[in-house]
Amino acid sequence: MNGFWPILLGLGDALAAHVLLSAAAIGLGIAMALPLAVWASRSETVARVALGFASLVQTIPALALLALFFPILLSLRAVFGEGLPTLGFLPALLALALYALLPILRNAVTAQANLDPGVIEAADGVGMSQWQKLRLVEAPLAAPFVMAGIRTAAVWTIGAATLSTTIGQQSLGDPIFAGLQTQNWALVLAGCLASAGLALSADLLLGLIERGFAQRRRVLWLGGMVAVLLGIAAALAAQFAPALRGDTRDTVVIGAKSFSEQYILARLIGQQLEQAGYAVEYRDGLGSAVVHSAVTTGAIDIAIDYTGTLWTNQMGREDNPGREAMYEAIVAWTRDTSEARILGRLGFENAYAFAMREDRAEELGVRSLADLARVAPRLTVGGDPEFFERPEWVAVREAYGLDFARQRNFSPTFMYNALRSGGADAISAYTSDGRIAADRLVVLEDPLEALPSYDALILLGPEAQTDAKLVAALDPLLGAIDVEAMREANLEVDRMEDKRSPAEAARALAERIGL
Amino acid sequence: MNPAPAALEFDRVGRFYGSIRAVDEVSLTIAPGEFVALVGASGSGKSTLLKTVNRLVVPAAGRVLFEGEDTASLPLAALRRKLGYVFQGIGLFPHMSVGENIAIGPRLAGERLPPARIAQLLELVELEPDMAARLPEALSGGQRQRVGVARALAGEPHLLLMDEPFGALDPITRAALGHKVRELHDDLALTTVMVTHDMAEALLLASRVLVMEAGRIVADEAPHALLAGRGGEVAQGLVAVPRDQAGRLAQMTSEGAA
Repeated sequence: MNGFWPILLGLGDALAAHVLLSAAAIGLGIAMALPLAVWASRSETVARVALGFASLVQTIPALALLALFFPILLSLRAVFGEGLPTLGFLPALLALALYALLPILRNAVTAQANLDPGVIEAADGVGMSQWQKLRLVEAPLAAPFVMAGIRTAAVWTIGAATLSTTIGQQSLGDPIFAGLQTQNWALVLAGCLASAGLALSADLLLGLIERGFAQRRRVLWLGGMVAVLLGIAAALAAQFAPALRGDTRDTVVIGAKSFSEQYILARLIGQQLEQAGYAVEYRDGLGSAVVHSAVTTGAIDIAIDYTGTLWTNQMGREDNPGREAMYEAIVAWTRDTSEARILGRLGFENAYAFAMREDRAEELGVRSLADLARVAPRLTVGGDPEFFERPEWVAVREAYGLDFARQRNFSPTFMYNALRSGGADAISAYTSDGRIAADRLVVLEDPLEALPSYDALILLGPEAQTDAKLVAALDPLLGAIDVEAMREANLEVDRMEDKRSPAEAARALAERIGL
Repeated sequence: MNPAPAALEFDRVGRFYGSIRAVDEVSLTIAPGEFVALVGASGSGKSTLLKTVNRLVVPAAGRVLFEGEDTASLPLAALRRKLGYVFQGIGLFPHMSVGENIAIGPRLAGERLPPARIAQLLELVELEPDMAARLPEALSGGQRQRVGVARALAGEPHLLLMDEPFGALDPITRAALGHKVRELHDDLALTTVMVTHDMAEALLLASRVLVMEAGRIVADEAPHALLAGRGGEVAQGLVAVPRDQAGRLAQMTSEGAA
């Protein structure tokens, strides 16, 4: 748990972003829910439809709801033009506002339904117009119940807002996701603590307002409102003060998917750019599916991706033309279909491969997959549960005529244990995995190039690729990182003892490759 | 001679719920200064008829004229502010003080009722002026309905409509408040229409008693005429109840004395 307090204190930016996102989402939720509730109180059908819709939204997992707004906004670009953001604040705001809708709407509708009919008749009888009745009678009487709904919505929203990290919106989810991936529990704890603290504070202040409404004590509700507004104002100031101070140098946004290698490489790129005088921001923990779209649409400026991933997921190809041809095709495809560009390859692959213990490989005389095929009928192969269903496995089995005695599924961590204990003779591994170096494993050669290549490459967004200074700053990274260097850096972050942060591992990596 | 218009006139007023005729072609004229009690069993249409006056119920047929003007042609809010209305459920606004409740009608008309006037209205219904600052929840049921009456009188209406005004009160409070309302009716020269299911109350307070059954007015008599046996079968059925009670009470009293 080293460095917990500095981490917690360093969460200011994320906290401010989290406060603004949550406040905006709750505000939008209120703005949608209250008119709907008034309408629902005048029409049974509207009440049923509105509550049904809000409940339906609630059944969608928050993570999925956030991700869903990416394609929705993408298709809405046909209407609103290319300037419509598809990642970051806007989709997070919309998804969270929908999520906040149900508790506010339900409480408001229930409050209205439970208003004393005698009081409502009296409002009509003394000659109130519909608007006066709403303003003078229904709203003040429903206010404490509506406030209770807003409290529930606030706690939910602040919690769910941590998930907006996955669609590129800065939040207190940043340290949580980064910490989960790199098994840095101090980061996870700091993020959770900050988010829980924020939720509790919001609940307390909104509770004050609720009590003020219920007991008709102006001091309470006014005081609560002022405190809430001060908090939002402070977050606004923290977010926008740098811009107001005239600190307007362009910030380069670097995205990273949610595993250690991506965090390290993002830091390595960031450190290079900072040396060149750029301000840098990280969007960590992006969903694998959104990274490519994020960089082509300019939501982020730089991303690291892999040839095999782009080949199957983005281009929809299933064939394997070989390492060089695949890379050339991806470069051309990127140029033809988007404003983004492939800057170049870093030098290593993070591919599926077969690994064996060094001593066992030597004993059996196995150096390549062709060698492995010879002895396979006597051996056991291990893989993660997904692997034996993937096209890579089919391709390799057919190319080399692999026919193992046994085939076993392991979770990734146990896969390495099985290799060590002799539970498996060969396993499917990732070539840049730090455990390959740590466990003294050999990666078997693939002379027939049956396994598709996963060359790590740098993707630049529409703006970044036109920036000559930026391109020059990143040039030294191209072809500079061999797979041993990457494994070592990954291990420094992944291992349990003497853990390093991705930033520290990136600095060590830079030194190792002579930057 | 061209007499002053009636305070209230119903002209073949009808209101139907499906095939049920809640109010069935009622025509009726009420002169200024009358205290009219509308009596009938539950479901006889008396409350519905009353509510057509301030259009809480909109008649399906016919017209209601208030001081000679068709109520359908008056702006709704303006009409209701001219009518004092005392609700069965009392209907005080729980989030407003007693003073604010009393001043609501004038406030809606854009007029601020001065504290002295609120104090005067409270005194009219025999409440302490310092009650103005309290919330309704701090009042007893009888006190609340007194505030309800004060609220109905705040706009200086000519016509006071009361829908089972004392239904929820205990008998002692009920008698006292009934007496008070009759006094106010005389002092302020009001025209009053009161809906009640209690024939004794109607006989004791009203100057004219209308009996309704199945949406129609089946009797229209002065109290003494009803007591003298006029008004028909339904009306006499209703009168018989308090008369029997009174007779038996009188008998018990004399037996006790003997």
